[in-house]
Amino acid sequence: MKLDTSGLESAAPVWGAPSELVDGFSAAPSFEVPNTTDFDGFQKEAIQMVKPAKGTTTLAFIFKEGVMVAADSRASMGGYISSQSVKKIIEINPYMLGTMAGGAADCQFWHRNLGIKCRLHELANKRRISVTGASKLLANILYSYRGMGLSVGTMIAGWDETGPGLYYVDSEGGRLKGMHFSVGSGSPYAYGVLDNGYRYDMSVEEAAELARRSIYHATFRDGASGGVASVYYVGPNGWKKLSGDDVGELHYEYYPVMPSTVEQEMVEVGGA
Amino acid sequence: MARYDRAITVFSPDGHLFQVEYALEAVRKGNAAVGVRGTDIVVLGVEKKSAAKLQDSRSVRKIVNLDDHIALACAGLKADARVLINRARIECQSHRLTVEDPVTVEYITRYIAGLQQKYTQSGGVRPFGLSTLIVGFDPYSGVPSLYQTDPSGTFSAWKANATGRNSNSIREFLEKNYKETSGQETVKLAIRALLEVVESGGKNIEVAVMTKEGLRQLDEAEIDAIAAEIEAEKEATEAAKKAPPKEK
Repeated sequence: MKLDTSGLESAAPVWGAPSELVDGFSAAPSFEVPNTTDFDGFQKEAIQMVKPAKGTTTLAFIFKEGVMVAADSRASMGGYISSQSVKKIIEINPYMLGTMAGGAADCQFWHRNLGIKCRLHELANKRRISVTGASKLLANILYSYRGMGLSVGTMIAGWDETGPGLYYVDSEGGRLKGMHFSVGSGSPYAYGVLDNGYRYDMSVEEAAELARRSIYHATFRDGASGGVASVYYVGPNGWKKLSGDDVGELHYEYYPVMPSTVEQEMVEVGGA
Repeated sequence: MARYDRAITVFSPDGHLFQVEYALEAVRKGNAAVGVRGTDIVVLGVEKKSAAKLQDSRSVRKIVNLDDHIALACAGLKADARVLINRARIECQSHRLTVEDPVTVEYITRYIAGLQQKYTQSGGVRPFGLSTLIVGFDPYSGVPSLYQTDPSGTFSAWKANATGRNSNSIREFLEKNYKETSGQETVKLAIRALLEVVESGGKNIEVAVMTKEGLRQLDEAEIDAIAAEIEAEKEATEAAKKAPPKEK
């Protein structure tokens, strides 16, 4: 179905490539419409084709003392566990962390890129970039690649002049400010434990334990999450890694094996 | 020398960019502008050439704001100023959009100076013929600042400065009489400096005051009142100078 796009043609004459120096406001923008059979639905199909599920559990929440960030460390390709020791909490700079969910390469690259941009901002403006600013930079970059197959579901956690900051940013171009987030296939399970145990005025140890337990429970039920539960704390002096516990060991810590009482014991029958 | 001043992109053998220097000449012919920084306030004053009878003086605002917390005054080609101001205003909003923060005074000054520099290193264009005085308060820290840019694209921060006609005499006056002031004292200092080279009266100067709350243009009556105060103080010091010898 060929649409009538004459209404989209711009009326102003276009004098070759408008020079940035000569005029900031040249011809009105016009765009070409793609040649497809299903104009309204083709984009959705394309997205579904490239959208891999984000097999992971990451979470972060703000509390009185700062921000707590935790994640598992399993990488899976379908049913195959490709690694149990992936670093899913990325250190953007000494006072900002990013979490990885989705495509590992995409997350690692763009977080690294964000770290570069934050450093350049510091050098140019002689002050650190805010968490708001950093998350916005990332969100704008991801938005410009929208529909091209990037898979990033990340949380930017940090401490700046205005206190603790936490933003969720994804490859659809969404960006949300919030107090608690969990991202990944194990997030429903993590949310259950997190929402149940959350109080704003927890101590750092209590918050770390809550984060650890939430990741553990997610890894227990979700096949795509597992490995090591890492817990980081972001405070006024920057981030600090608090713990990295194997979730198998955590399981036996939380649910130690009870020797069960036996009613009858089998007795060796002597003789032939 | 004639061979080296046609194009902006040509250095002279002794290292001058003549077009930039000619642009500075244009600034020197422009109306005087002065800026003074206080502890909690920054004041901008600009000389106003007497308005033609039929001209609506309200349309000729010489001190403009770039954002709620940043204002700009300039000396030189006013038409060039309009272009620079528009680009700066867009950049202020663009910054708010990308980092969700208002610009700092230093940032927007750096942007304007960068723009002025770009036009000294491109083919087929000429430099902007104006120097700007940019004042404002940094968001969050609330520190007042005064910056100056010029056609070459350099910029620096100042406690007090002047540009345009007779800027050297104004700057000399400021160097002699500057001290840390606040509030109305800063306004008086700025007007005193401007009145060194401008005929006294609210009709001939435009003054705007930037505080944490924002930009406020002083109206003629206020300026007249302050100018009268300054006159009275001047006369008092003159009289005091003459009096003591007699008392002895």
